[in-house]
Amino acid sequence: MRFMLLFSRQGKLRLQKWFTSMSDREKKKIIRDMTTMVLARQPRSCNFMQWKDLKIVYKRYASLYFCLGVESQENELLALEIIHRYVELLDKYFGNVCELDIIFNFEKAYFILDEFLMGGEVQETSKQIVNRSIEASDMLQEVRFTDMHQTLQDDRLE
Amino acid sequence: MSDVVEKTLTALPSLLSLDSHPGSAKLSSTSKLGNLIRGITELTSKHEEEKLIQHELLAIKEQVSSPNTTMMKELMVRSIYCEMLGYEASFSYIHAIKLAQQGTVLEKRVGYLAVSLFLNESHELLLLLVNTVLKDLQSTNLIEVCMALTVVSQMFPKDMIPAILPLVEEKLNHPKEIIRRKAVLALYKFYLIAPNQVQHIHNKFRKALCDKDPGVMTASLHIYLQMIQENPDAYKDLTPSFVTILKQVVGGKLPMDFNYHTVPAPWLQIQLLRILALLGKNDQSTSEVMYEVLDESLRRAEMNHNITYAILYECVKCIYTIHPKSDLLEKAAKCIGNFVLSPKINLKYLGLKALTYVVQQDPKLALQHQMTIIECLDHPDLIIKRETLELLFRITNAQNVTVIVEKMLEFLCISEDDHTTIDLVGKVAELAEKYPLKYNEWFIETMNTVFSLGGDMMQPDIPNSFLKLLSEGFDSVEEDRKLKLFAVNSYVPLLRGEPGKLPQRFLQVISWVLGEYSHLREDLEPAEVLSLLAKLLDMKNSSSETKSWVLMAMTKLCKGGTDASVTQEVSETYSSSLDTVLRQRAHELQYLSQDPELRARVLPRGSCGNFAFVSEALAAGAAPYKPPHQRQEELDQSKALSLEPYGLSLPISMSSCSITDRQSPTLLSMSSGLSGDTLKLDGVKRVWGREGYLAQREPVEEAAQVEVPSPIQSPGRQGEGDSLHSQTPTQTPTPEPEQEKQQLASSLFVGLASQSSVSLMGKSEPTPQRFRRKAKGQGPGSSFNASEQISSSLISPPSAVDNLLCNNLLDSNNASELAEQTSQLSQRLTTANGTCHTEAELTEPDTKGCNPALRRDNCVVAADPGPHDDPGRLTEVCLDSYLPAELSGLSHSEIAPLCANQSLNLSACHVQKEDSLILVVFIINSSESAIQQMLPAGEMTSHSVAVGQYSLTVKRPAVHVEVVGTVSYQLPAGTSQSLQFSYKVPLTSFIRPFVVSTEEYGTMWLSFSHDTKQNLTLINDNQEPLTATLNALKKKLQLHVVEVIGMEGIVACRLLQDLPCLMHCRVNAGWLAVWLRSPVPDLPDCLIYHCQRALQSL
Repeated sequence: MRFMLLFSRQGKLRLQKWFTSMSDREKKKIIRDMTTMVLARQPRSCNFMQWKDLKIVYKRYASLYFCLGVESQENELLALEIIHRYVELLDKYFGNVCELDIIFNFEKAYFILDEFLMGGEVQETSKQIVNRSIEASDMLQEVRFTDMHQTLQDDRLE
Repeated sequence: MSDVVEKTLTALPSLLSLDSHPGSAKLSSTSKLGNLIRGITELTSKHEEEKLIQHELLAIKEQVSSPNTTMMKELMVRSIYCEMLGYEASFSYIHAIKLAQQGTVLEKRVGYLAVSLFLNESHELLLLLVNTVLKDLQSTNLIEVCMALTVVSQMFPKDMIPAILPLVEEKLNHPKEIIRRKAVLALYKFYLIAPNQVQHIHNKFRKALCDKDPGVMTASLHIYLQMIQENPDAYKDLTPSFVTILKQVVGGKLPMDFNYHTVPAPWLQIQLLRILALLGKNDQSTSEVMYEVLDESLRRAEMNHNITYAILYECVKCIYTIHPKSDLLEKAAKCIGNFVLSPKINLKYLGLKALTYVVQQDPKLALQHQMTIIECLDHPDLIIKRETLELLFRITNAQNVTVIVEKMLEFLCISEDDHTTIDLVGKVAELAEKYPLKYNEWFIETMNTVFSLGGDMMQPDIPNSFLKLLSEGFDSVEEDRKLKLFAVNSYVPLLRGEPGKLPQRFLQVISWVLGEYSHLREDLEPAEVLSLLAKLLDMKNSSSETKSWVLMAMTKLCKGGTDASVTQEVSETYSSSLDTVLRQRAHELQYLSQDPELRARVLPRGSCGNFAFVSEALAAGAAPYKPPHQRQEELDQSKALSLEPYGLSLPISMSSCSITDRQSPTLLSMSSGLSGDTLKLDGVKRVWGREGYLAQREPVEEAAQVEVPSPIQSPGRQGEGDSLHSQTPTQTPTPEPEQEKQQLASSLFVGLASQSSVSLMGKSEPTPQRFRRKAKGQGPGSSFNASEQISSSLISPPSAVDNLLCNNLLDSNNASELAEQTSQLSQRLTTANGTCHTEAELTEPDTKGCNPALRRDNCVVAADPGPHDDPGRLTEVCLDSYLPAELSGLSHSEIAPLCANQSLNLSACHVQKEDSLILVVFIINSSESAIQQMLPAGEMTSHSVAVGQYSLTVKRPAVHVEVVGTVSYQLPAGTSQSLQFSYKVPLTSFIRPFVVSTEEYGTMWLSFSHDTKQNLTLINDNQEPLTATLNALKKKLQLHVVEVIGMEGIVACRLLQDLPCLMHCRVNAGWLAVWLRSPVPDLPDCLIYHCQRALQSL
């Protein structure tokens, strides 16, 4: 996975995550290209595009576009499910997520993403576990090993 | 669920004004960030936004630098927001680092986030973060450790990895699985950006793979996928473990947490399937281990959700990658069918992609879905269209190439994406060049379109190879002339029209072709061509590169006389040009146009494409040409810091230095590793291609000539018998567009039905023989190529043999019958697979003159065994006892019967002495009468054995050296008769160890000009693979291992008497990359063949 972008129907960037090292110029170019390309797509087109040597997988949820850049040999459907799971995670955390949640609490959206993906790979797919660990760091200033261990143990048992 | 999300998100506008949303508790809309965001949404112009943000940034800057601000977290979030909008807030970078360093846990989290968003790997400020990360990794607070690991995997300066590596490694043993998992992923990231830094912890990866927590195990698979990709052989032993894991996952043995929409751990499943595909590729026994679980996976994955489709797709890919199993292939094919026929567009796309992947192995699959493919070709979504073209590209053959290229060009006209254009133009050019001769005009026209559409974006090698093709021409002179003439004919009108619209590259091609070949068109005056070319010079948008091409073309064309005025004018204009190249060309033009004699000498007509001087230079020891990308690669490599430790003693590093001086074998073997799939060319039938299993095929030549098969038998969709072709008149009339499609289908899928045409697909295919270009001078190694393997039997002409043994005269009784037999014998020298080289040379031994030269040392008469009752048994009697005494102690090859007639039986063997190879020929008189006048023996009594001993040397190496000889003898009746024989000795018998020191080796290496490179299989038993492989080679081929340094080894041997051959071996990605050098042409090639054989036979 190379990058993930969230932008609105108007092409306003809401979130950006880069999994490989890239210069600011490259980033700007990608953001510009992605917004124009994705927004120009006709309805009923497939959710995949080719951009240079990358595969672009995107999906629209209400007014927000989720756009993922992956290597071209990647499994596109799986990438689509990554987007979907991320939306589910956001939904679980915010409770009926909407674009405003992401605008006003974008740092939370980043934290969730960091818990879900790490180094460009899926790290944790369980909604409960991601949610718990985000909340744990939200609420607690100091979590000792035993506390957190207990919390997570409880989770696994649920 | 997603419906809920979508509903909620649709309700968004109403929420903008209201704050009563349930999640609003978390909306910090009253905060400063909230105000900022709201402020921005209210603005109408970009200009206003800019003003607001600049103001905001100023405010942040002020507050951020005030000493004890409590708002740091909030300020940082606002800076992140401004950066996201595209405004630089670089003043806050340092504060982000400070926050990560000093803040409370909550602040730290924001600090780290800001750092990871603001800075990239190479930012210098990141160095300031290293200490913070170090501290946090050692923290007792789990959350801090997690944050540090996250930030490390996000971006961390490459050269600082060693500083934190021990701490991250330590975390692999952490009692908490979330920490272990993050540590594994951080190591994975390190592996990606700096693989050599984590090489030493491979065994720890294994521990992670065996972790009791499935999450940690899953994380470790990322690393394994990478490592297996690089070297599948090293991990074959893990196959059963991966299979077992997959079985458990598929069987639902994992905790519910890992489920995704009731599907057990799909990400894990897919990762495992990818790994299995890599492990099973080209490996039957490994593949067999996984058949069952693959079958199970296919069965379990029901078609109901995207995620199961994703798994199925990966399953199909795996099944087509590993060693084939028919019933699995069948199921996979059905699965692809479901994808392709699905009304869901995403699935259709994936189906096409899967088809593209598998058609090379199973072209019939494309046939089954031809109507769907045709529909996709007209799909309104360009992406689908593009993918379809990709598929068609793979099934192109000589018969459908025109239609497919036409479709591609159509697409090119509507595509606006540069990357697609470049890619497609390259593919069209590739196809056009693959089948040029069949459709002369089509070829030129297609290339013209390519040049005009591809413009100046296309890869520069396209015009180059086009010109090369044109200049080298084909076997037929007439065809050649026609092609060139057609090119000229098509360019003249283009120049007469509006050349200003043509891309520069195209103009360059045109001017070159006109310069070289416009004389072919007789009705065309050179003066006219000159004026057309001169017009190009005057165009405003002509680049100076184009201009110099034009000037060169003019130089070739000008003849003086009437043309003088144009050339004079042009050369005067440009001889004062600021561009030195143009000025140079202008001067050339000026001088050469005035001196026709000089011009004829400098630029003889038809001289282009003649690169004889290259082979001359090569023969003289010049380094072979390397394409730019390879040179670049080497340059990059040599620039990079060497991270491998220096050798222990000085001499070693000295010698490796001297090797590196010219072209390090290491570097080259790296690049030859790129073509690793084209290994084991000889003697082995190519069953596996780059992408997997290649269907058995007829010779290529036949395929190219196959006539259009009668209406293609299509198995019909969904197993129903609805025949798809309207070619048969009995078909019920179909509606007009439908008919069109079917016509298109029949033209697109022509030639796919018969197995034999399979071979025309795929990039790796050699050009069909019919279209093969003129053979250039046979350089060393050129005959050692799979595509040129000659497997027909070649006949050694008797003349070659005359001077060898013809002086031997033997007497025998039955003359008349003998005569016939001998002539047959000499004709029957059939070739074994892969030994073409020797025989090919044998056909012209007179010119080469020096093929195995047989030197007669001495001829010894063996003792008369005395009368024998059963002559037939003589050959069975141990001929060993007739071996000359001085040879009997040495090992000899099996004594093989050569030939026989009624009076004589010939057998032979060879004996390896330290400094020579002795051929021992046993001549057995099986007749009842004595033979007289035999030169070595003088005379032979009935049932006696004569033994001839000959020392052999090789002057020109070949894989197998064949000795051909004739025994001439006189029958008692007085007629001379002869018996011919041939005996084959592998080159290895002539190889002896060559003892040199490393220093000597280094000097010799540089002085040898003939070389070859190849990847060989490594022997992987428990011990060190390099040593094991070298020892095996040493044992089998009598090589001398000079020295082994780390992953590299140098080996030397000599061909009798003393022609050295040096071998440099290096372990690279699971292969043994070898590079051989020798002063003798062909010796490296032949030797590498035997190395391959030796390793295969183990």
